[in-house]
Amino acid sequence: MTLSVLEGALAFGFAGLGLALAMNLWRLVKGPGVTDRILALDTMVINTIGLIVLAGIAGGSGTAFEAALLLAMVGFVGTVAYAKFLLRGDIIE
Amino acid sequence: MSGPVSLAELLAAALIVLGSGFALVGSWGLVRLPSLMERLHGPTKASTLGMGAMLVASVVWFQLGEGVWTTHELLISVFLFVTAPISANMIAKVHLHRLRTGEQNEAAGPAGPPAPPPGSADWATHEAPHQGTPGDFAGD
Repeated sequence: MTLSVLEGALAFGFAGLGLALAMNLWRLVKGPGVTDRILALDTMVINTIGLIVLAGIAGGSGTAFEAALLLAMVGFVGTVAYAKFLLRGDIIE
Repeated sequence: MSGPVSLAELLAAALIVLGSGFALVGSWGLVRLPSLMERLHGPTKASTLGMGAMLVASVVWFQLGEGVWTTHELLISVFLFVTAPISANMIAKVHLHRLRTGEQNEAAGPAGPPAPPPGSADWATHEAPHQGTPGDFAGD
């Protein structure tokens, strides 16, 4: 069985993003402060967007990108909400 | 896609490898670097560049492979490029605030604590705007 160039690149991409997610999870569990955990969650969201985009290329369908766009928006709002809550003790003042 | 390797396939494959490599290096920096201000560098810069490369790979693949222009990827990358600095700034502000209020202690990394801004100002998280700075509406 031989992989085409794109299949090999997709396999590399899935493996690399999976490893990156594992490292983010390590930082999320270990992270000495709460800011490290916010940063780890933000990075996990970005890496998950990458996984969804790769799945969209592999599956050949454009429907994955709506999910990626939604995840980008929800991840940003979540990060800002965490930060605002820690800064001000309230999210929407 | 059997037969000879097409240009679209080569270009998309190179961009996917570049993008996932950058995402991997960014997360490795998140694990490896010693203090939060340095850890902010890895994910915010490398991951957005990595995502940009992967999204461009997707645009190239769907355009040259199937002849359709897809704009979702460009929307996602524009959104990520706009929001990544904002969330990094918010995280840095939370970090400074928690260091100042003593809720969190951290050994200084090689870069040390952030240098104070010029003048008598401070990297404030709760202070009113100083005179002459862009947020100072009282002086208008």
